[in-house]
Amino acid sequence: MTNLDFLMAGVGGQGTILASNILAEVGLQLGYDVKKAEVHGMAQRGGQVDSHVRWGEKVFSPLVEVNKVDYIIGFEMLEAARFPQFLKEGSTALVNDYRINPPLVNLGKAGYPSKENIESLLLSRAEKVFWVEGTGIAKELGNPAMVGVVMLGALSNLVGGDKEAWLEVIGQMVPQKFVELNKEAFSEGRKVTG
Amino acid sequence: MKKLMTGNEAFAYGAYLGGVQVGAAYPGTPSSEILDNFSRYPGIFAEWSPNEKVSLDVAIGAAYAGTRAMSSMKHVGLNVASDSLFYAVYTGVKGGLVIICADDPEMHSSQNEQDNRNYAKFAKCPMLEPSDSEEAKQFVGMALDMSEEFETPVLVRSVTRLSHSSTPVEVSDAGPPPPSEETPFYERDAQRYVMVPANARRRHPLVEERLEKLADYAETIPINYIEPGDDNLGIISAGVNYHYAKEVFPNATFLKLGMVYPLPEKLIRAFADRVKTVVIVEELDPFLEEQLRLMGIQVKGKDIFPMLGEFSPTLVRDCAVKAGLIPAPEAPPEIKVDLERPIRPPMLCPGCGHRALFHVLRENGVLVTGDIGCYTLGSAPPLSAMHTTGCMGASIGVAHGIDKAGVKDDVVAVLGDSTFLHSGIHPLIDVLYNQGNTTTIISDNSATAMTGFQEHPGTGKTVQGQPTTVVDPEKLVRGIGFEKVDICDPYEIDQMEKILQDHLKSGKPSVIISRHPCVLHAKEKHTPPEVDPELCINCGICLDVGCSPLIQEDEHVRIDSLLCNGCGLCVKVCPQEAIIEQ
Repeated sequence: MTNLDFLMAGVGGQGTILASNILAEVGLQLGYDVKKAEVHGMAQRGGQVDSHVRWGEKVFSPLVEVNKVDYIIGFEMLEAARFPQFLKEGSTALVNDYRINPPLVNLGKAGYPSKENIESLLLSRAEKVFWVEGTGIAKELGNPAMVGVVMLGALSNLVGGDKEAWLEVIGQMVPQKFVELNKEAFSEGRKVTG
Repeated sequence: MKKLMTGNEAFAYGAYLGGVQVGAAYPGTPSSEILDNFSRYPGIFAEWSPNEKVSLDVAIGAAYAGTRAMSSMKHVGLNVASDSLFYAVYTGVKGGLVIICADDPEMHSSQNEQDNRNYAKFAKCPMLEPSDSEEAKQFVGMALDMSEEFETPVLVRSVTRLSHSSTPVEVSDAGPPPPSEETPFYERDAQRYVMVPANARRRHPLVEERLEKLADYAETIPINYIEPGDDNLGIISAGVNYHYAKEVFPNATFLKLGMVYPLPEKLIRAFADRVKTVVIVEELDPFLEEQLRLMGIQVKGKDIFPMLGEFSPTLVRDCAVKAGLIPAPEAPPEIKVDLERPIRPPMLCPGCGHRALFHVLRENGVLVTGDIGCYTLGSAPPLSAMHTTGCMGASIGVAHGIDKAGVKDDVVAVLGDSTFLHSGIHPLIDVLYNQGNTTTIISDNSATAMTGFQEHPGTGKTVQGQPTTVVDPEKLVRGIGFEKVDICDPYEIDQMEKILQDHLKSGKPSVIISRHPCVLHAKEKHTPPEVDPELCINCGICLDVGCSPLIQEDEHVRIDSLLCNGCGLCVKVCPQEAIIEQ
């Protein structure tokens, strides 16, 4: 059983925490020891939200370590770009092709890095960067809040594990009336890496 | 069966399984979800108390009556409740009393990073420290048993990284013990429960004797144990730090402490004799280290690891490499690209009523003494409209003191509704009694918003969803004697400004209730306005309200309709009338 470390990075309100809860639960269902830690600021909305998820035969720390992360899942481009030092050589980055300006950018006092630069930053360590139209796909399906499930769909192809196991956990953890829509979002996500 | 639970969920589960009948708390990150979760179990009583001291007194009363009780709070909450902690250690308890307090190393959501292990020593109260959710569940049960056996409150310490991490918990345990058939009985024993000096003098030696017995107990309690490994390196650790240390020193011999006060001296000496080097991995203060040094044991600790901030496996490894305890890991490929990555600080949410209030306060140039809550974000640029924040309830007293010092600025105290009910009433009484003329603004969003919208005495609902008496801040402040009281919706910025000026010029002590329910909690949303690109001159005045959907582009400002709440504040502040309501 190989250890897998995931780092999810997003902005408050994007659903990063729900997605990391799903990912942790999937790991447990697949028979791993699992730990998960969240790092979020004091704002309800708009602040940085990072979530660490670890699958392994025996996991001690709930926090991932620099140089050791297998997958980074960025819900927002700039947020993905904050953590290249956590990635191990040959890791994979999945990044939602979506930008939320930090206040300083809105005020014209700071620049937002270009997509090309973010990609080369991540490629300092990662072997591959997948750009996912996560928010785009979720919006098209009718609810931008499903971006997390789209990202998980894209991730599931790479990580493996029975697709049904993922879908079952999603079915249990998203609001009941949105289960079918979320399953669709998951399938759309799978197409990105499939 | 194993279930993933956060530390806070596991604390609540442990309290339920341990037969806690009365749970009381005031919300505070990272502890809030303990009582939130506990309140949902059947057959128990749970309450949000107005503050932590009240919550601890409630739990003490229940424990006096022989019922198992819990009080939970964040680390600084125990400052508020400490007076009660100290007397409860002297009187002791009948029913098990567990006090769960959650420290916040790194100050993710706090004003300081005090190490509450010091309270255990200070108050002479035993303390357990779980390292993951399974232990969180188990240690609460052990704390309750220990509390009854030794007739003392027991502290259980958490930290952010335990409270908010999820790890597997065994949930196949049987449910809680059946509730006692007997009616709870309060034994009238004034010599024990009335802490007048004569009685307290009789109790103090018992407290010291009890500590000695607890230290003996710590020698054999199974949560203090040695994990044999390579005896060249001996690591002592407790709580989440133990797991970081296990990642970094997988082969070392470990002394894992589940009980961090009082310490098992014999076990520690045996460990120190066995290993070549003793290294203590502990966040924040050298709490264990100082005690070991007093035992005359040579240790490495704060000479290797920092006293500030939160630990992580990365930090523990870096420090261990620098100290020569482990070899440096192979260097990964260098990160060559240097990118500007602007920070994303927390901000008031789009539509938040606090924003409109702070806009008015800034425009009027008043000195604002602030308090603890979402509205503390009013201190951040571009609003920059709050000038002090210390602790819960400090705003009013500080404003009164600034006035009495003779400062000529207009001074206004701002605090939220939940904070007002927590500790704002006494300082208001002080302003009246001592002939102050401070204007206090209660920025009332009708929820304890920052910690997750918990109910409070002003919301009309208990934690268990029961309708209850509403404590109306207006009636309350009029009741204590305030004559000048006004209520205003902060969205009405012109009216708010008029009232503010009227209060400041009146020279009287006064209260303004600035009331707009939290838009997230009330799920209030309106159609976003749009910018007319022909009218917008890109002056940037709307950007000064610090609302994230407003984006400055090359030619004009744009509104991100996905983020916008449609409150209309930007419509009101635009001097060109270029932002149009839809």
